[in-house]
Amino acid sequence: MPDLHFLANPARFRRFSQRVLPGLALATVLAMAVGLYLALFESPPDYQQGETVRIMFLHVPSAWLSMAGYALLAALGAALLVWRHPLAALMARAAAPVGACFALVCLLTGSLWGRPMWGTYWVWDARLTSMLLLFFLYLGHIALSRAYDDAERGDRAAAILALVGVINLPIIKFSVDWWNTLHQPASVARLDGPAIHPAILVPLLWMAGAFLLLFITLVLVRTETEIDRRRLEVADIA
Amino acid sequence: MSTPEWFSPVAPALEKYAHGPVAELWRRPGLAPRDRSIVTVAALIARDLHLVWRRPGDVTVVLAFFVVATVLFPLGIGPEANLLARVAAGILWCAALFASLLSLDRLFASDYEDGTLDLLLLTPWPLELAALAKCAAHWIVTGLPLAVLAPILGIAFGLPSDSLMALAATLLVGTPTLSLTGGLAAALTLGARRSGALLALLALPLCVPTLIFGAGAVEALTTGEDFATHLAILAALALVALATMPWAMAAALRQAGE
Repeated sequence: MPDLHFLANPARFRRFSQRVLPGLALATVLAMAVGLYLALFESPPDYQQGETVRIMFLHVPSAWLSMAGYALLAALGAALLVWRHPLAALMARAAAPVGACFALVCLLTGSLWGRPMWGTYWVWDARLTSMLLLFFLYLGHIALSRAYDDAERGDRAAAILALVGVINLPIIKFSVDWWNTLHQPASVARLDGPAIHPAILVPLLWMAGAFLLLFITLVLVRTETEIDRRRLEVADIA
Repeated sequence: MSTPEWFSPVAPALEKYAHGPVAELWRRPGLAPRDRSIVTVAALIARDLHLVWRRPGDVTVVLAFFVVATVLFPLGIGPEANLLARVAAGILWCAALFASLLSLDRLFASDYEDGTLDLLLLTPWPLELAALAKCAAHWIVTGLPLAVLAPILGIAFGLPSDSLMALAATLLVGTPTLSLTGGLAAALTLGARRSGALLALLALPLCVPTLIFGAGAVEALTTGEDFATHLAILAALALVALATMPWAMAAALRQAGE
């Protein structure tokens, strides 16, 4: 594990993030432009799903990012509880709403795709339900971290919740294998290689990269805001 | 650690155990850690049951809520017997979950407000045991009566007799998980704004697996699927909660007491 202690000091973190943010933002825009072009114009329509397959280019990356976001919350929670890493709390505060938005995008795009393909907006199968629970866990994390007058108490309580809720991630991942679901089984992250034609896979990976860059950019910007907010609060009290 | 004399006016019930035979047992040389843990948990459960015994209203109101909430469903859905029998297990399980949550609100809150929690942090035994005892006492006064009440209400829903037994069995095995996960939510929301609603928001998603397998087990019995598998999964969930939740609860209580 790389030594992240140099980021523990908020001032140093700000210098670091302000140095990397312009490049990150530019890379996000470029990757999103390339990904959207490939996904919406270059890639062929699916022979079964037709044009609706293009919804997948938003749906799948947002699902990945919402799960990665919760894993990040849990890691930050551990960093806060074990090492009392001062920046972890602020970054968790910043990352939770972003992850919740990705989970919501995943649920909405999924149900918009489900209407023409499955004939229904929603089914109560294991994958959809566990994803919905992930969204609720995000909401709980956001509400809990902001429910205390003493912000640090909220941070620590939310960190414990994040660590407990992380049990949901393997359930989401393996729900399509453990139960008979309407949702299709894994087709990209498989031991025997992806089961998707490159014409679809390449734009999908571009979009995933773009979403990842977008996630990192948003979290960094929001973390800076949280640092400023915490400073203002402290200055107000003092 | 000797008990200070200001202990008793602040928390008379706890003082009885912290100062009396339990604390001595905890420090007695030659007693295996396992034995003294069991004695301590038993004494703490006895303390909570004693408090409930003196104010039985707190518990009966929860059970009354369970009955009233369940009775509302036939009125809302309509009195068709076949439909009611089909959804009865799900309704009773959901109502049991809500009733259990309703009472969790006060699980640690009164101890937090009157300072008993701070004293529990000072007692020689680990906070994990105290948290476990709290949840056990909560289960005895809510989970256990709910498991007895649910089959009686199930008769009104027209459940067949083997389903009634199955319902009682699933509630017996499943409600400890509700007490433990709900206990974590209660510990996390101590002193928070709008703690009651927040508690439900935190606990409900975590309780969903128990609900699915609990109601699913009764359903499995009528559709001819394997009831024992569902019950085994329910028991596994309870054991996982038993093995993990006391630690998470103690961590949450420590940061609340800081």
